Amino acid sequence: MTNAKIIGSVLGLLFTVLGVWGGQRLIEQRSAGWFWKALTVLLLVGGSAAGFLISVPPLPIVNESIRNLFFHVPMWFSMIMVLMVSVWYSIQYLRNPSARLDILAHESAKTGIVLGLLGLATGSLWAKFTWGAWWTPDPRLNGAAVAMLIYGAYLVLRGSFRDDQQRARVSAIYNIFAFAAVVPLLFILPRLSGPSLHPGQTGNPGFSQYDLDDTMRKLFYPVVIGWILFAFWLTQVSSRFAFLQSKYDEN
Amino acid sequence: MLREITTLLAKDFRLEWRQKSALGGLLLYVGSTVFVCFLSFSLRGGQPPAPAWNALLWVILLFAAINAVAKGFMQESPGQRLYYYTLVRPQAIILAKMLYNALLLMAVALLGLFLYTVFLGNPIQDAPLFVANLLLGAVGFATTLTLVSGIAAKAGGNGATLMAVLGFPVMVPMLLLLIKVSKNALDGLDRSVSDQSLLTLLALNMLVGALSYVLFPYLWRG
Repeated sequence: MTNAKIIGSVLGLLFTVLGVWGGQRLIEQRSAGWFWKALTVLLLVGGSAAGFLISVPPLPIVNESIRNLFFHVPMWFSMIMVLMVSVWYSIQYLRNPSARLDILAHESAKTGIVLGLLGLATGSLWAKFTWGAWWTPDPRLNGAAVAMLIYGAYLVLRGSFRDDQQRARVSAIYNIFAFAAVVPLLFILPRLSGPSLHPGQTGNPGFSQYDLDDTMRKLFYPVVIGWILFAFWLTQVSSRFAFLQSKYDEN
Repeated sequence: MLREITTLLAKDFRLEWRQKSALGGLLLYVGSTVFVCFLSFSLRGGQPPAPAWNALLWVILLFAAINAVAKGFMQESPGQRLYYYTLVRPQAIILAKMLYNALLLMAVALLGLFLYTVFLGNPIQDAPLFVANLLLGAVGFATTLTLVSGIAAKAGGNGATLMAVLGFPVMVPMLLLLIKVSKNALDGLDRSVSDQSLLTLLALNMLVGALSYVLFPYLWRG
């Protein structure tokens, strides 16, 4: 453990806590939120354009496909972030039940599923062009697929209740329980299980070894923030819709 | 607390003993699956190759575990649950249930392994490690599936199917580690190769047990 690594971990932790706290504020925001939505659009559109245009280090095999870094990896980051928000809503629900918290947890989980599926799709595409197959039996890939199955099970569970309160409570419990299984799947097991084609397997920043002049890094971090904000925006819209729907159902 | 747990545990054992059909059904399930495997492999002359041997054993144990644990909460009526709720703490209920399921699954796993080696041969090179891993797996299945069966019982209706849907993906991290360690034991690799996986397995078990302990009271309250 070098000093830089420790500082990196602490910063990562701070970023995560801040992300979950700030994400809840943004999702529940009543006002229009022009500023951060404009920032999201700017980061996403600008980041994607720049992702296609900037010069990248020429590498054998990977070639231009390294640009997928600006799409594939931020999707996973934002998925994890929004799923953590969902788990935090579930914890809050168990402490202090309300239909509102249940809807927020459900909608955040749904956003996480969408982003996870996007991440799988972009990853599969990347694998086809660099490893030669749409899918390989790589620990990280399988972990990601099983994580999606777990959240699929969450949706199935939600569908099998008639009573709203019962559904809210039991699915909150399963959400917390499932997240505890997702964490080892995505973060611990891939590191334990030997050699893998996937970058970032043994050390944290998978691409830093290629990124000699830090240009990619300068674009990567803003894009990650953009995707995370986008995930919160998506959740905000869908949960507002769900609130309206539940209000409509009541009347 | 300890007295509540022992009483509940004794109650579960007594119930199991009185309804021998359930226990017998479970044993028959394991026995017949093993026998079907034996018959299908005997078509091509005897023993399956070691990887297939390993995979089949864990599949059999997994399904046996789902069947064994599924009936735990489902056989209790809502009235019964309410009665327990007035008598004991929910923490005692989940701990007793996990302990009971762990003991049951350990017995089933050992019996399954015995039958399996009798019929399909014994390619294990490091038996102590294999058995230790098997028992750790039984405990892991019990801790994970107990809460899942409680959740599935709440949903009512198609309990067993729902339990498989909810339980399988959650068990995958544990299963991957178990299969890896048991492969190492089959091949007789040095113990140090499996150290890290065994430790992770233990940590996973404790994590899942602790989470069940914390979450179950909320499930029970309804």
